[in-house]
Amino acid sequence: MAQADQNFFNEMLNGTDVRAAYENLDRWQANMPSDLRSLKQHEAEQLFRRVGITFAVYGEGGDPERLIPFDMFPRVFTADEWRKLERGIKQRAAALNAFLADVYDGREIIRAGKIPEHIVTRNEAFEKAMVGIRPPMNIWSHIVGIDLVRTGRDQFYVLEDNCRTPSGVSYMLQNREIMMRMFPQLFVENRIAPVDGYASALWRTLASVAPKKCEGEPNIVILTPGQFNSAYYEHSFLADLMGVELVEGQDLFVEGDFCWMKTTEGPQKVDVIYRRIDDAFLDPLCFRPDSMLGIPGLMNVYRSGGVTICSAPGAGVADDKAIYTFVPEMVRFYLGEAPILENVPTYQCAKTDDCKYVLENLEELVVKEVHGSGGYGMLVGPKADKAMIELFRDKIRARPQNYIAQPTLALSTVPTFVEEGIAPRHVDLRPYCLVGEKIELVPGGLTRVALNEGSLVVNSSQGGGVKDTWVLAE
Amino acid sequence: MLSRTASHLYWMARYIERAETTARLLQVGARNALLPDIGGGFRNDWEAILQASGSLEMFREKYGETKQRNLETFLFFDAENPASVRSCIELARENARVVRTGLTSQTWDAMNTAFQEMKELHRTERSKLSLTDLAEWTSRACAQARGSIHATQLRNDGYHFMNLGFTLERADNTARMLDVKYYVLLPSLSYVGSGLDQTQWVTLLRSMSAHRAFNWTYRGEITAARIAHFLILNRQFPRSLLTAVEDTLDHLDHLARGYKNPSRAQSAARSLLAELAEAEVEHIFDEGLHEFLTRFMGQNAGIANIVQETYLTGEPA
Repeated sequence: MAQADQNFFNEMLNGTDVRAAYENLDRWQANMPSDLRSLKQHEAEQLFRRVGITFAVYGEGGDPERLIPFDMFPRVFTADEWRKLERGIKQRAAALNAFLADVYDGREIIRAGKIPEHIVTRNEAFEKAMVGIRPPMNIWSHIVGIDLVRTGRDQFYVLEDNCRTPSGVSYMLQNREIMMRMFPQLFVENRIAPVDGYASALWRTLASVAPKKCEGEPNIVILTPGQFNSAYYEHSFLADLMGVELVEGQDLFVEGDFCWMKTTEGPQKVDVIYRRIDDAFLDPLCFRPDSMLGIPGLMNVYRSGGVTICSAPGAGVADDKAIYTFVPEMVRFYLGEAPILENVPTYQCAKTDDCKYVLENLEELVVKEVHGSGGYGMLVGPKADKAMIELFRDKIRARPQNYIAQPTLALSTVPTFVEEGIAPRHVDLRPYCLVGEKIELVPGGLTRVALNEGSLVVNSSQGGGVKDTWVLAE
Repeated sequence: MLSRTASHLYWMARYIERAETTARLLQVGARNALLPDIGGGFRNDWEAILQASGSLEMFREKYGETKQRNLETFLFFDAENPASVRSCIELARENARVVRTGLTSQTWDAMNTAFQEMKELHRTERSKLSLTDLAEWTSRACAQARGSIHATQLRNDGYHFMNLGFTLERADNTARMLDVKYYVLLPSLSYVGSGLDQTQWVTLLRSMSAHRAFNWTYRGEITAARIAHFLILNRQFPRSLLTAVEDTLDHLDHLARGYKNPSRAQSAARSLLAELAEAEVEHIFDEGLHEFLTRFMGQNAGIANIVQETYLTGEPA
């Protein structure tokens, strides 16, 4: 085994020593003949295709049923490492929810001068229609996906928060299924905390926020934009695991004080909607009069407590990149605790000083659009050519308020199967935190890996793959 | 269950059944083409087949001549032909994909594997694929889907909607195949009972996987009356009109019981079944087989329409 590159934290190697958590895996990969490896890799691909997990990237063309590459080398967290992460993630999810409850009601945090008002109220994701509404248990974001990167043994940074409808949890579950099916022995040799409690935890979470008019066990549905959505597989997978209906807008209608779904036995009342569609498409009467999509009148039913929408409309304001900077402040303000997870230092191009610094150091920085996602409108300074840098320089000068910049992080690496055995590749982590009556987190998450050598971009649209993520039991 | 879900399950099954029928038609055509000419011969046979699948005009526009290779392409691979095996498999799988939640993993697996293999076949050099291979592949893929549905799906309403798709489509398809043979293939009734005619009847039996079954059931001579009886009125033959309608009624009864709500579809199916149960082959021939079959297809479609209105649109009853 070669010595680790000193510039990046190698999660398996400490110098030339294999860390304890990875000892079994190191033996496992060393003893695996290369033909078995390619056989297993092929088998994994077949399994993914057969269960139908494919991924469509908007606007990229090509095969709409492309697979996200699966790397068989798992990523491992020790129980100690996870304990700290778990506390940090739950803390952050709680603070984000407290923030949402506040900005749509009393706005204490603004009055206390901790966050400038215009950043909140002029934000595109801020939903005026939600002001003064109090969702059940005052929970706004029920599934919080927090993107983390690691740069050192104890050093984790939050890259961004996802408070609307974070996707990818089906990969967390299926990666584990496939690993257990292909390498059962690994699960005998290592004590790996199971993740398959996610579906029932999600059900419990959604049931716990049933509207006040709901009597008895709530009727929960997942609302999908339909089969052409890139995450459709995930929507149907979750519906299946929870045993709830997967509905489209056309299956729902509003009559009287309730929302109903069209069934073979006539209309049936719906209590909780786990929506995987954007706010704009929920109710044309409320959000977009020009839209044919959505369920007319849904927001009236929501306001009068006839149905719960998860996440609440307007929850996106908490995960906007312009708000991100203030999340540690939210933790202190609402919870009175020190933030366990750190933010990446962020320069706001809207601020003159920051903007100057950014323009002078573009080669060293990662520049992101405030409202962008998916790594498209992004500049990775150290990887970009001159023309690209100049392009962004012009863009930032034209509309500085649209951009933030962060230092290029030295993302940790995890061994990954490549042509010649294994090699370190950069990874990130998205755990899925559930917020209902309780805050729950299954031990694991989605590890994305940049498969190209040296690449720091883990997005599946740009050469990223996924890995099974292990949390070792005590 | 969601009306839309029920509708997808129902159509998934219809397309599976239809894929198989198209493959069967291809087989009949190919076998008949091997026989000596009667009344227009080769060309006429194939046109009858295309007419039965409702795509004669489209074929003429696209390919002109009825060459066997064109026919294979059109009926098996052509994505523009809605009745081609490929279109049916794709549509079945698309319907299945939308209702993943209503399918067991085995059923989904069967549907998805069929779809992936079809893509593979499409990429394979045509000279390496015989018509028999294609037809057999289709039966196998459909059998796998049907088998996993039968063996693994919960016996809930979704199961009955899938089966309604199968039985309604099957009744229609058997009637169509019979109609090809009787109405179009034979230029005049004088051929009935001739040696050539008999060979063609056998081809039809074969294409419905019923050749041996027929021999076991009837022994001895193959006559038009016996074959008509077998395909229309025999309670043992799984693809006969009577069996298909009986199965349709059975699934409608299950639904009505489960929902504690009788449906108009039940009454329609019940009266069609009663008619078939009392029918005799001689009377059918008196009416005219083609006329009888046309009427039957209309009645069967009537039941399908009521199913659609009652269950699949989600409007309050």
